[in-house]
Amino acid sequence: MTENNELIRLSAAALAEKLAAREVTAVEVTQAYLDRIAAVDGKVHAFLHVNADEALAVAAEVDAIRAAGGAAAAELHVLAGVPIAVKDLIVTIGQPTTAGSKILEGWNSPYDATVVERLRAAKMPILGKTNLDEFAMGSSTEHSAYGPTHNPWDLDRIPGGSGGGSAAAVAAFEAPLALGTDTGGSIRQPGAVTGTVGVKPTYGGVSRYGAIAMASSLDQIGPVSRTVLDSALLHQVIGGHDPRDSTSLPDPLEDLVAAARTGNVEGMKIGIIKELHGEGYQAGVENRFNESLELLKGAGAEIVEVSCPNFKYALGAYYLIMPSEASSNLAKFDGVRYGLRVLPEEGPLTIERVMGATRAAGFGDEVKRRIILGTYALSAGYYDAYYGSAQKVRTLIQRDFEAAFAKADVLISPTAPTTAFKLGEKLNDPLAMYLNDVATIPANMAGVPGLSLPGGLADEDGLPVGIQLLAPARQDARLYRVGAVLESLLEAQWGGPLLDKAPSLTDAAVSSHGGSH
Amino acid sequence: MAAINRDDVAHLAQLAHIEMSAEELDRMAGELAVIVDSVKSVSEAAGDDVPATSHPIPLTNVFREDVVGHTFTAEQSLSGAPDAYEGRFKVPAILDED
Repeated sequence: MTENNELIRLSAAALAEKLAAREVTAVEVTQAYLDRIAAVDGKVHAFLHVNADEALAVAAEVDAIRAAGGAAAAELHVLAGVPIAVKDLIVTIGQPTTAGSKILEGWNSPYDATVVERLRAAKMPILGKTNLDEFAMGSSTEHSAYGPTHNPWDLDRIPGGSGGGSAAAVAAFEAPLALGTDTGGSIRQPGAVTGTVGVKPTYGGVSRYGAIAMASSLDQIGPVSRTVLDSALLHQVIGGHDPRDSTSLPDPLEDLVAAARTGNVEGMKIGIIKELHGEGYQAGVENRFNESLELLKGAGAEIVEVSCPNFKYALGAYYLIMPSEASSNLAKFDGVRYGLRVLPEEGPLTIERVMGATRAAGFGDEVKRRIILGTYALSAGYYDAYYGSAQKVRTLIQRDFEAAFAKADVLISPTAPTTAFKLGEKLNDPLAMYLNDVATIPANMAGVPGLSLPGGLADEDGLPVGIQLLAPARQDARLYRVGAVLESLLEAQWGGPLLDKAPSLTDAAVSSHGGSH
Repeated sequence: MAAINRDDVAHLAQLAHIEMSAEELDRMAGELAVIVDSVKSVSEAAGDDVPATSHPIPLTNVFREDVVGHTFTAEQSLSGAPDAYEGRFKVPAILDED
């Protein structure tokens, strides 16, 4: 057990090295993670489905290829045999895809998402599908139809959302890597509150073919991991052009792994966004943020202040654009082609009434709220005032970013205004819930890439704080360059990864640590 | 900008094909009124001279070769359908009358 415990705490990069050196087999690694899932997921509930048989079969295949040696072994992808979890918004053959919704309960996709095809081509065992807010609508996973995920740092608290399952799986050492999707912060905000790393690539940088769409002009798939380098490694597997996604950028992928390995901030200009810290941000978040600035300054970066005055409209504009697009995207759930069909209790069985009953039973409250809000914003007479105005705000936000990036190479802010709050605390106040994404939404509105990495623990509650880096569109490599530097400076201060300070989640270890809090 | 009321929500729910109980309509109307109120500043943010952005990184003329790509078999397409008949989706009656 001790050996396995050490295995699951290794980074994906370190695991890859051990696998290549044949110090450990992919089956051993995959089994260690499956054992960990069996031991702790009852408490964390990061997974909606565990894919043990297929994962072990893929791992065995990798081991056989390595054992045989020769060209096939030499051609194995660097992450071959390194397991991964997939957010349940991304379709997979052979496993159910629910999107966290009752309307898709038990549905099996007849095709793989492009990113999943790429994981399979790299021979990465897929451990299972992770929990999320229904159709990725939420900031806490409490809107999952299958129950919330619990934050591994404090099981009574939210793991963020919508990708709380992927972030918690990685934080609880149930997977070394995971895939997420980010429409307004759903990769970065869970990363922040669970002490993990998450990246939203440039819009179009990773194919979305096979990601169940929420808001098509905002959605992006990206990596979830425990280290900056691991995210770069995964980003490189999933990134690059895909003709099946017409928004996919044709540009060749930069060497993101090299950027993470050769991180350097000397002479770089790093811009603090005036509007994204201070008032409304928890004191402990602010403190850790300021410390990170000092560390970057010490490493030779120049800290400048930039102002993005239109960011104050971003949240409002987002809550018009996102529901508008979501209401249109979710119209396909009609009780005919896939998923649930519910018949009305009385009266004639017409398609109209079957659809009404199906969607009433299949969608949760938050999804209904957003569909109604989107239908409202798109309705005749309101379109210009709402959707039209929000699209103009997008232009203003893009202009703010342009001006900011004329003064700075990357921008920096806290990822979220607070640390993880208690499960249930904001569930009945949609507006308070939406405020969690205030710092992450501008990137989606403008299509620029963003990365969140752990910045330490807040003084007042001992919970993780996230630091967000933002770069111009197509300059994702800068995030890895700066992120890797900041990570190594912070870890030198902490004496190791932040997750070393997280509770172990297994009873025996809790008592041996004397119940650390 | 007009506030959103219970009748609006009932109408919108009908347009969106979501059946709602009286209690749900009341609750939704209250919640949406708060949300709509909080986003209304957006309509005053930009002047007439600001163009709209529909896509963050617009691509134009995204074409592919006119060749048959991957297609699903009828069986695959129907595999998730709640009801099917002889290789087709089975749809409830479109019209109310018989």
